[in-house]
Amino acid sequence: MANAIEVRGLVKRYGDVVAVAGVDLTIAEGEVFALLGPNGAGKTTTVEILEGYRQRDAGSVSVLGFDPAEASRAYKERIGIVLQETAIEPELTVDEALDIYGSLYPRRRPTDEIVEIVGLGEKRRARVKTLSGGQKRRLELALGIVGDPDLVFLDEPTTGFDPSARRQAWTIIDNLRSLGKTILLTTHYMDEAQNLADRVAVIAGGRIIAEGTPETLGGRRDATIVRFRLADVAPDRLPLTPSRADGGVVEIESVDPTRDLHTLTDWALANGIELEDLEVRRPSLEDVYLRLTGEATS
Amino acid sequence: MRRPSTFRLVRIQTGYQWKLFWRNPVAAFFTILFPVMMFLIFTVIFGNERIDELGVTVAQFYAPALGMFAAVSATYTNLGISTAYQRDFGVLKRIRGTPLPPWIYMAGKILSAIAVAFIGVAIMLGLGVALYGLRLDPTTLPALVVSFVVGSAAFSALGLLVAAVAPSGNAASAITNATLLPLAFFSGVFIPPQAETPRWIEFIGDVFPLKHFNEAFFAPFDPRRNDLAFEWGHLAYLALWGLVGGYLAIRWFRWELPQGTGSSRRRSTRR
Ligand SMILES: Nc1ncnc2c1ncn2[C@@H]1O[C@H](COP(=O)(O)OP(=O)(O)OP(=O)(O)O)[C@@H](O)[C@H]1O
Ligand SMILES: [Mg+2]
Repeated sequence: MANAIEVRGLVKRYGDVVAVAGVDLTIAEGEVFALLGPNGAGKTTTVEILEGYRQRDAGSVSVLGFDPAEASRAYKERIGIVLQETAIEPELTVDEALDIYGSLYPRRRPTDEIVEIVGLGEKRRARVKTLSGGQKRRLELALGIVGDPDLVFLDEPTTGFDPSARRQAWTIIDNLRSLGKTILLTTHYMDEAQNLADRVAVIAGGRIIAEGTPETLGGRRDATIVRFRLADVAPDRLPLTPSRADGGVVEIESVDPTRDLHTLTDWALANGIELEDLEVRRPSLEDVYLRLTGEATS
Repeated sequence: MRRPSTFRLVRIQTGYQWKLFWRNPVAAFFTILFPVMMFLIFTVIFGNERIDELGVTVAQFYAPALGMFAAVSATYTNLGISTAYQRDFGVLKRIRGTPLPPWIYMAGKILSAIAVAFIGVAIMLGLGVALYGLRLDPTTLPALVVSFVVGSAAFSALGLLVAAVAPSGNAASAITNATLLPLAFFSGVFIPPQAETPRWIEFIGDVFPLKHFNEAFFAPFDPRRNDLAFEWGHLAYLALWGLVGGYLAIRWFRWELPQGTGSSRRRSTRR
């Protein structure tokens, strides 16, 4: 399969701040790719360079065979953009906004279809200024796909959504996937990445620090977390080094859980200590993410 | 898979800006009703006497002057403020992410503003004819049309220049009002030219473009003229301001707020 996005050694500086410090990305056509990372990690900067809003300082970028820095009309006709922070003319109605923006593209999806897809069927004649925050965001999502793009950029598309709206958005994105569209999204919600993404990358301090499928990211498949509560016992007395110990909750990451559990329960029995709420589980994507970004910033 | 034609895009963009203008009651009020109110106030205060310096009646002077003022509000003030607010809101950034060529977006804004200017002029002149028997020699109609087009286009360019240099919509609002209103006093718009206008006022009027628009626009209504009433000198000077303003607007225009100057989700208050 051809690659929709190829980025090599991407660098962007703002004065002394290096917002993007040498990012490589390869995203295949038809892939849903999620960019995760803490605030200020460089997600929006990276995405806006790919969209053609910002000029890079170094590196090579090819998106659908175009160099976004040239911002050509043919390129814009094939991408859809949902920015992290934007607005729509408050005095337009939902229908008008979709008609006006739809009219700009050679291929367009009918307004009737789009309003149903994003669940704004009841609000078609409402002015944008009267929509709730989540409804506005849905309209932005609608404007991002009204031109039937091959590639969609979604910068935190569901921030501010209620849980059911988030599920709805996931369904929309899933449908785009089944139409063969390529999607690059950023998110702070791990369940979103887990549910939607074929692959994820974690970016911190302008660098990609881990990349993989949601299942394998950061060695996730091979790790196990042993978690329990310890009352009145200092964690440094434990026979194993915890990966986390605060508020009486201890977590131990293990690549050999059978042996480690044995060591642990032996120690507990010998010392007459109760391991309250003991559980053994695979680390969640969030566990892995927190470990990776914690390591990157410490 | 066919690209929408340029003509169609310009038409849709113009219609869209036109719609937005009329949905903003404050802007519509200041552009259209404010000059009408001034016209009625002036003609009531002064009565419809003859102004000796000009050899015309009060209405024959104020109808074109305030019609021209409405055209300048519709182009200069309205484009300056609305474009800067659209940048604050992030609307301009969104447009830049679509295949719409930027010049078509601007063309839509300018054509819509000129259409609004036309409405403002038509209402003022219609009122002059209906209430005070305003007279216009039909042979000077071409001069009137040319003055309208040159003036509206020049002030559209200057409005976009304000939008280009203003850091925010609020600033653009302050800049347009703080320039246009004083200039209207110095340019013989609100106060007819007197025999003994101080030199410095004349000088300011001569430098800035408003007086030139005013004089070119008044000429067709001047009953003492028996030519076609084209004021080529004033029109050329006006066009020069427009061209330089337009050039600088294009050079300095920004489609996004620089970071750290405020949120793009600003309040929707205008003016
Ligand atoms: N226009 C700009 N001018 C100056 N600095 C900038 C600009 N844009 C981004 N930065 C800086 O670059 C870094 C990366 O910012 P970016 O917006 O890409 O982060 P992000 O990963 O999208 O964060 P968030 O999750 O908060 O949206 C930050 O330190 C930010 O302050
Ligand atoms: Mg961001």
